[in-house]
Amino acid sequence: MNTYKKLLAATALAMLTGGLMAGGAAAKTLVFCSEAAPGGFDPALYTGGETLDATGQAVFNKLVEFKPGTSEVEPALADSWTISDDGLEYTFKLHPGVKFQTTSYFTPSRELNADDVVFSFERQKEGSPWAKYVDGASYEYFEGMDFPKLIKSVEKVDDLTVKVTLTKPNAPMLANLAMDFSSIVSKEYADKLMADGTPGKLNEQPVGTGPFQFVDYQLNTAIRYEANPDYYKGKVKLDSLIFAVTPDAAVRVQKLKAGECQLTIYPDPADVEGLKADTNLNVIQEEGLNVSTLAYNTTQAPFDKPEVRKALNQAIDKKAIVDAVYLGQGTPAINPIPPTMWSYNKSIKDDEYNPEAAKAALEKAGVKDLSMKIWAMPVARPYMPNGRRTAELIQSDFAKVGVKAEIVTFDWQEYLKQASDPKHDGAVIIGWTGDNGDPDNFLATLLSCQAVGTSNRAAWCNQEFTDLINKAAVVSDPAERTKLYEESQVVFKREAPWATLAHSLVTTAMTKNVSGYVPSPLGVHNFASVDVAE
Amino acid sequence: MFRYIASRVLLLIPTFIGISFVAFIFIRLLPGDPVIALAGERGMTPERHQLLMDQFGFNRPIWEQYFSFLWGIFHGDFGTSIASKRPVLADFRALFPATLELSICAMLFAVIIGIPAGIFAAVKRGSIFDQLSMGIALVGYSMPIFWWGILLIILFAGILHWTPVSGRMDLIYFFKPTTGFMLIDSLISGGKGAFKSAVSHLILPTIVLGTIPLAVIARQTRSAMLEVLGEDYVRTARAKGLEPKRVIGVHALRNAMIPVITTIGLQMGLLMAGAILTETIFSWPGIGKWMIDAISRRDYVVVQGGLMLVALIVMVVNLIVDLLYAVINPRIRVK
Repeated sequence: MNTYKKLLAATALAMLTGGLMAGGAAAKTLVFCSEAAPGGFDPALYTGGETLDATGQAVFNKLVEFKPGTSEVEPALADSWTISDDGLEYTFKLHPGVKFQTTSYFTPSRELNADDVVFSFERQKEGSPWAKYVDGASYEYFEGMDFPKLIKSVEKVDDLTVKVTLTKPNAPMLANLAMDFSSIVSKEYADKLMADGTPGKLNEQPVGTGPFQFVDYQLNTAIRYEANPDYYKGKVKLDSLIFAVTPDAAVRVQKLKAGECQLTIYPDPADVEGLKADTNLNVIQEEGLNVSTLAYNTTQAPFDKPEVRKALNQAIDKKAIVDAVYLGQGTPAINPIPPTMWSYNKSIKDDEYNPEAAKAALEKAGVKDLSMKIWAMPVARPYMPNGRRTAELIQSDFAKVGVKAEIVTFDWQEYLKQASDPKHDGAVIIGWTGDNGDPDNFLATLLSCQAVGTSNRAAWCNQEFTDLINKAAVVSDPAERTKLYEESQVVFKREAPWATLAHSLVTTAMTKNVSGYVPSPLGVHNFASVDVAE
Repeated sequence: MFRYIASRVLLLIPTFIGISFVAFIFIRLLPGDPVIALAGERGMTPERHQLLMDQFGFNRPIWEQYFSFLWGIFHGDFGTSIASKRPVLADFRALFPATLELSICAMLFAVIIGIPAGIFAAVKRGSIFDQLSMGIALVGYSMPIFWWGILLIILFAGILHWTPVSGRMDLIYFFKPTTGFMLIDSLISGGKGAFKSAVSHLILPTIVLGTIPLAVIARQTRSAMLEVLGEDYVRTARAKGLEPKRVIGVHALRNAMIPVITTIGLQMGLLMAGAILTETIFSWPGIGKWMIDAISRRDYVVVQGGLMLVALIVMVVNLIVDLLYAVINPRIRVK
């Protein structure tokens, strides 16, 4: 056979096999243009949204989960639960008959039981054989949500009953259990991997109970899933789901318009109007559970005086920031938590934008010729599209009241590290997107005394405030918690450790044939309810 | 000949040590560390930070870390990424072919258009073609890659629908990579339309990445040709009555190509810098974007391992070229 004939034969064969493969992918498929490649496939090892979408949301379930579109907790793998009177014991009744996914790399021999639940938490503890099962393993959410100190034990009562015992009452506990790091993994699969000497596969080829099962991941390119036929809530409408990794926001928009994907997230604010005008697309916008702030270093003079901070807050034209930086895709922030969150205190009035009054207040506080630093974050985040531009606007606002501001910036890792140090110089532009919808996740995480040195970038330790939120974390009555959080917001506004800047709208764009997508206020993306018209 | 080969191979040892040291130290000179990146906005307590730095071995004495890095390399272990927890070597193997494929295509594009354009501009010096092509080359050279990429996407993918927007292959094709080069894999296992899809995905990134080298090569070819065309031997060839085609194509071009080939070699190295942006715009899963992400996360292991792997490849290629020189040119091996 000469070379030409060989080539022809090879091409014909390739066409034949390829045709079959391409035909197989023609079922109901949703291509999601995602913003970044996942770190891996064990949801407990990562904190980035791109990894949580690809793991906890697609492949796994939790004991309890957030009701779609809300931050309310509803039953999931646990049908019901009881909490002891002292708030220390949570007893969960598991849903019977839940099957783990059968994939090309694992066939489960049993259904979900209490052993899986116990294992899913125990493995994240220091000293467990799974604590360092891959190089670089660290369970940052488990640590960050204080689980090692908070959870005394997770025990099996019987096959379908699990008891979680806490060391102290913790009202946000259920919300924490609905987060992706609390995903329930298959103990049977993990044991098999450990016995085979390949524990690392737990982070490469996941096995969960969720709506989609993992098929393949081409590094930094695409993740492929197929519908889990045994899903305990019934097979989802899609047959397959593909995450097309597309890091550039403008390119995601172009891909959506060209039909290369059917749904995408986080477009540039400047592209949103164009997306809305496109008759082939649907655009959903909703208030994100987020806040952006200018956090004064409250340990540094003159920012240690509330009257100085309040005066500066009066000098900032937030409306101009929302218009120029968020291009209208946001609202000026009044409180440290977003208005969609329960316990948001509606009665609080914002500091009125008034440069004259600000100037007078600064003079009254004895501040003259103030020079300060404003930290401009170097990366865009859903809560802050452009740190530099925001810093420039604040700089010019401050100039109007006689405050000379110098803009400084660092590489993002360095920025986070230095801003955490209570000795940093000046005011930091930063923000937060809620993890679990509980006010504690904003107020305690960002403003309590215990968070000074980590995520409390104002280094603000106000005992009155901290006592209120610490109390709210241990009482279980929602009405009482609401009252305590509302009070804490009054203290916050009075003391003004931050200038609250804005809450952004979160935009999702999809082609017209996509239906059933419910955006989550928590910034995760779940496709279990999505359908695609053919 | 044996002495020559031995000297070349021995020279690799100090080069290797030098590069390994630079690769190791460069990322550590930047402020920040890989642990802080794990927690994001949440931050972590100094105690937790210390614990993880200990756990990952970044608190050991610097020389100990360096030697364990070298020790790993000698055993084929380039470490595991702190961010992704995947082995560096496996990721490199998966991503490098994408960068190489794109770089080769971009360079071919630059050479195939740049050299003829440069020759023609030199021969027709002062003509409209000369002025126009050199003007375009200057614009091409000054074009910000990011803007140029988005512009081409909007025009050719968005408005005209001639090419896909980004990626390496239409997602309906799903096959395990054999070589990692999509043009080859699509022929081997991709099936009907896969090769066409691979080619169409390559067009825009090739143009974007190839634009700057194209401009440089065209201008370099032009100036080298102009210089050679003024030489005595060219005049002599003309005076002998040789056809202009032969004078330009044989006598002038061969000598003019010497600096051009050097330029091409240098541009090939510079392509890496352009590849970082091109890969980001076109969602191209190569090592440029991978390295830049690792640098911004201070993923020491990936940065040092990735740099080392690139350097090893360059070293081996250089060695082969040196040996080939010796085979071709006896003067070199005698020296």
